[in-house]
Amino acid sequence: MNETIGYQQQTLLQRLNWQDWLYALVIVAGSVFAFIKYAHFMDAYEVTFLFGAAALISYLGWQWKALGRLVLGVGVLSLAAIAMYHGDQARATQVFFLKFLIASQSAIMWMNVLFVLAMVTYWFALYRRSAFTGRVASALTWAAVLFGFVGLMVRWYESYLIATDVGHIPVSNLYEVFVLFCLITALLYLHYEQKLNTKQLGGFVLLVINAAVGFILWYTFDRAAHNIQPLVPALQSYWMKIHVPANFVGYGSFSLAAMVALSYLLASKGVLTSRLPSLDVLDDLMYKAIAVGFAFFTIATILGAMWAAEAWGGYWSWDPKETWALIVWLNYAAWLHLRMVKGLRGPLLAWWALIGLIITTFAFLGVNMFLSGLHSYGTL
Amino acid sequence: MNPKLSFTKNFLDLLSSMRFAVSLLSVLGVASVIGTVLKQNEPYENYIVKFGQFWFALFEHLGLYDVYHSVWFLVILLFLVVSTSLCIYRNTPLMLKEWRTFKEHATEKSLRAFSHQATFKSTADYTVVKQNLLQFLDAKGFKYKIRAQEDGSELIAAKAGTHQRWGYIFTHVAMVVILFGGLLDGNLPFKVQEMLGYKRIETTDLPVSKVPAESRMSVSNPSFRGNMTLAEGATHNVAFLRVRDGYLVQELPFAIGLKDFRIEHYATGQPKSFESDLVIFDPALKEPITKTISVNHPLTYKGIAIYQSDFQDGGTGLKFNVWNLFTPNNQPQALAGNIFGEGALGEGDAQLRVEYNDFRKFNIINMSPDGKGKPHNVGPNVTYKLRDSRGQATEYVTYMQPLQIDGQFYFLSGMRETVQEDFRYLRIPADDNLSIDGFMGFRAMMLDASKYPEIAKRIAEKSLGVRGDPQMKKQFELSLVRLLTVFAKGGYSEVAKVIEKNVPEKEREASATTYIKMVNVAAYEAYNMGLELNKKPLLKNSPETERLLRDSLNAFSDMFFYGTPYYLQLNQFEHKEASGLQLTKSPGQKWVYLGSVILVLGIFAMMYIRERRIWLYLKPDAKEVHFAMASNRKNLDFEQEFNLYREQLAGIAS
Repeated sequence: MNETIGYQQQTLLQRLNWQDWLYALVIVAGSVFAFIKYAHFMDAYEVTFLFGAAALISYLGWQWKALGRLVLGVGVLSLAAIAMYHGDQARATQVFFLKFLIASQSAIMWMNVLFVLAMVTYWFALYRRSAFTGRVASALTWAAVLFGFVGLMVRWYESYLIATDVGHIPVSNLYEVFVLFCLITALLYLHYEQKLNTKQLGGFVLLVINAAVGFILWYTFDRAAHNIQPLVPALQSYWMKIHVPANFVGYGSFSLAAMVALSYLLASKGVLTSRLPSLDVLDDLMYKAIAVGFAFFTIATILGAMWAAEAWGGYWSWDPKETWALIVWLNYAAWLHLRMVKGLRGPLLAWWALIGLIITTFAFLGVNMFLSGLHSYGTL
Repeated sequence: MNPKLSFTKNFLDLLSSMRFAVSLLSVLGVASVIGTVLKQNEPYENYIVKFGQFWFALFEHLGLYDVYHSVWFLVILLFLVVSTSLCIYRNTPLMLKEWRTFKEHATEKSLRAFSHQATFKSTADYTVVKQNLLQFLDAKGFKYKIRAQEDGSELIAAKAGTHQRWGYIFTHVAMVVILFGGLLDGNLPFKVQEMLGYKRIETTDLPVSKVPAESRMSVSNPSFRGNMTLAEGATHNVAFLRVRDGYLVQELPFAIGLKDFRIEHYATGQPKSFESDLVIFDPALKEPITKTISVNHPLTYKGIAIYQSDFQDGGTGLKFNVWNLFTPNNQPQALAGNIFGEGALGEGDAQLRVEYNDFRKFNIINMSPDGKGKPHNVGPNVTYKLRDSRGQATEYVTYMQPLQIDGQFYFLSGMRETVQEDFRYLRIPADDNLSIDGFMGFRAMMLDASKYPEIAKRIAEKSLGVRGDPQMKKQFELSLVRLLTVFAKGGYSEVAKVIEKNVPEKEREASATTYIKMVNVAAYEAYNMGLELNKKPLLKNSPETERLLRDSLNAFSDMFFYGTPYYLQLNQFEHKEASGLQLTKSPGQKWVYLGSVILVLGIFAMMYIRERRIWLYLKPDAKEVHFAMASNRKNLDFEQEFNLYREQLAGIAS
């Protein structure tokens, strides 16, 4: 029965080697340590999230080894930063490694720089058709993601240094979620980059990431938005920890889809056609990104409704942000209907995905800028 | 066919068609946009100001001020429910059939017409090959059915991922369930009763007991979302439902009392938490329930959820010192009142009504001149209106404690005539004891003509000496008294008027400088005389004194633009807060949540379960296996899978 072995699919557990188990052990040990040390600050939901996150990170790290390495890197650097603080906020500007590398502000600045470099490198790789340059660009993107996550982790810690009651997870205002947006979009891209074994799309996806980087820089230097602010009462809830990240997986996926759509449209017009993946591949990727985004956006909106029911007294208030979330949802629901039920393919859907990004951006940013409502935590 | 029937059928077909559903989604999207661009549920006056009478009336007719509860919007939602339900009704049997069937009746001919197919020559033993093929299908997670053909061949029909079909059913059922839940929580019962004329909204401000029955919703109202403002110590058993430009009174099956309301602040001054200690009184309870609610932590009792929503003043007790700014009297009058209460100042035609509007205990303000400093609490302020006999009102906001501006302390009181304006502030410099008395004494001296000769005499003695020329002294004193008389009428602007009238243009600047100097010197004496009268230590000559006098003279000049002679200085308060509660009864919530769970399950089933079918046509005679594969969604994954299976099966079959 030798021939059967060739097609036998191994289950996930069968595929795990000792490194995978060690990785999971480190993650779980870390969570248990956090639980023992901080359990009395957490409610039942937060304890669930802690171990849920440990399980999720283990699973994702098993499925995608590169992500596992990222998690370990973020952990090591963040813990190093925390150790260097000695519980004193002022050391952010005194200790060399903190000041120039891994204090949250520095790390996020490194993320910004690395994303810009990565974009330039990706385009250069595309232009020169150079596989090596492509690998460099990919490495730069990974480095940017590493620094971005370290920045957020250390920021989380720094918020507790300001005062215990000020401390909170850094997903509470526009500045913090923009960093999160860059990171999630980049990770989604890197996932597909590895899966499709193509680095040609990096330049496109990094366009939208670098637009966000531009916003972060403006927001930092013009508005000093990087300063950590305490949470308003409405945001003091465990819901924030799941509602916001779920939403940004959605936003990130939709952005990724739009950039793939852009490359699709260019390739179908004969621009860069020879350098980009085939139209079928692009079309398929666009669909997958929107599917992921739609699923997460749905979950995020539902979580938001549940939170609203607890904080605002109703699961749906037709607040501008809620309404725009619905519009975004309807938009992609229509897109998916046309593709899945009608079997529609081609430039029309690509245009739609690209224009969908404008609607998504308005829901994400425009509502905060032009409309007011219950959801005005990130005003410009 | 009956033409009428065919019309109905066509209509139903249209309703359940994809085209119609997608169009509905688009229309719903556009309609939703309107409600976010046009601010909803504002007071109607705002809309009139914004759009003018004509457009206001038109927009009101279209229901644009409350789009999401307008009839046409509900009709769109209703169409969506109908369309989705028809869609489910029409497609579910089909989906269930696809879910169940193995499609084992496929013929060899039809399989050969597939776009994804291959034929393998098989030399090995038939039973072994068959065994291996079945094992292959098992390993790949396919379920199968074997059907013997008439010619001795066998067809293995296999399927995997047909649960995907449930995704379709789940997502669409979910939409109907969610919309149903939403409708339960809408105000349809009221809308119907309003249309039939049983109920109407109340638009005038009445005490609760005076609100007529037709504007009251009974305890049995299945769903509502209302507000209640509860002062500390008060107990209420009704909530207010805002509808368009009016309200309804919602009766509650229990009463809610507020024991205490608390705001906690961060070190930076931003609010950290709002908490209310509530007591629920219900005849059904042996003991009243005591429970503290806060933002994100509501209390649910008898299906009614009680939320901490906002807060306001609950009728704080206030005690003022009132100065009449334009009488040379040094003693303030006492005045007491309550927020939301009224008082009176003055007598006869000149009498003013005081309406106490708001009291704030904490005011977090950034007082640094460049705006870069940290905001901090500057203490309480009180907002009130002074209304004259013609009904004209001026609004004032006055801070209790002096505020530090550029290193100096000032008592601030702002005034404005309309809500649209910003407050214009009168800045009264505090004296050395951080009290307003120094200025008030000074002001009294400056207004009291009987004191001018004394002021003039003191100045003349200081500047001309005790033994100066009496004639000149007399002259000097006279001109000083004249200047003070003018200044007392209207401060600097009155002096400027006099200069403009009497002094040739060339000399105006010089004389203005002289007058300002003289007024300043006079102010020094007047201030000290005021202090003498109050037995307070006198001012010394210093830059601080100069600044104090400059500020005092400015304040004196500005008080003529203050709009009233009365300055109300808050000197005591008894804080009483009111908690803003939101009360919700929402029977649709569990339906919406149920629908949400179904929706998520459906979406994942639809997108991440891939339906694939494999047919293996085994022909022992020809020693051949025919392989065909299909999926209801053709995409790259399917192509890759087909290619992989073709290779692997070729190996097994041969």
